[in-house]
Amino acid sequence: MHRTHVKVLEDVLDANGTIARANRADFDREGVTVINLMGSPGAGKTTVLERVVGDLPGVRVGVLEGDVRGSFDAERIASLHVPVTQINTDPSFGGECHLDANMVRSAVPSLPLREIDLLLIENVGNLVCPAEFHVGEHERVMVSSVTEGEDKPLKYPLMFRACELVLVNKVDLLAHLDFDLDKFLYHLDAVHPGVAHIELSAKTGEGVEPWRDWLLGAATHEHVHA
Amino acid sequence: MHELSIASAIVATAERHAGGSPVAVVRVRVGRLRQVVPDSLQFCFGMVARDSVCAGARLELEVVPAVLRCAACEHEWELEEPPFWCPECAGSEVAAVRGEELEVESIEIETVTSTAEEGLCIGRT
Repeated sequence: MHRTHVKVLEDVLDANGTIARANRADFDREGVTVINLMGSPGAGKTTVLERVVGDLPGVRVGVLEGDVRGSFDAERIASLHVPVTQINTDPSFGGECHLDANMVRSAVPSLPLREIDLLLIENVGNLVCPAEFHVGEHERVMVSSVTEGEDKPLKYPLMFRACELVLVNKVDLLAHLDFDLDKFLYHLDAVHPGVAHIELSAKTGEGVEPWRDWLLGAATHEHVHA
Repeated sequence: MHELSIASAIVATAERHAGGSPVAVVRVRVGRLRQVVPDSLQFCFGMVARDSVCAGARLELEVVPAVLRCAACEHEWELEEPPFWCPECAGSEVAAVRGEELEVESIEIETVTSTAEEGLCIGRT
């Protein structure tokens, strides 16, 4: 036996990237804008979707729900008469904490791509792993809530740098918390200079309109990142 | 936390290039901006490699520093920690020159020595 040196020079997530590009090609062919919604468990990802999916005039919406187990979120969305597809990541060892391109690939045949203009993918609640795995989306949005602490951008820069828009949710609770919104926004700008953000409360509806407008814009203009 | 997924992807990449031979060493370059915890990645790699050609392989990690470049004044600097603003002009349009790598650089595989394979080895090195 002897040792042989083999040059590889391959991105570790190359395989995921290849499948993500195939997903993206399918979405583009059908003219569907795809948004990947990320954030920690309990940040309010499902609620910020519930607030807008039934109220996007002229835009046909579909939702893809990623969860480790169960279909609670999917049932919430389905009750709003929006087509929803569920992915459970549980059977996939090592892939349980995020959606990857292959999981979305396996869901593509069951997505009504011809009947929708906008596909909202709710990723598994997690502030790290989803940032590493593109799934074929056009835009990435993260939900961060004011109950999570203003230091989160500094602790999870990978996630806060991976998105085009940050929704700062649960602002109705600000009066009851020590959360310093200015400090949070300063930290956000420090790790992702210039990133757009919207302050909202999915519970009271405050600030939901700019979020809806952002989605309408994303769904109707040509894909800027295409 | 994402180290397990990354370890699985490293093993899969190494396996694809090993041609069925046992792998002795896997060299990986990890950029600082990828937020990978080296100890955690080592632990996960050992676990994931167990049932593959990488079983028992050594994982060598090269941590690549984060180097940023300011679009406004073209200043380049090594980032130790946020903020990402340019320290020279406070510009906010900055791009990572280095530090986002996550790449299998090379592997070392165990091969049975024969004249024909020696030729192949030289060709591949």
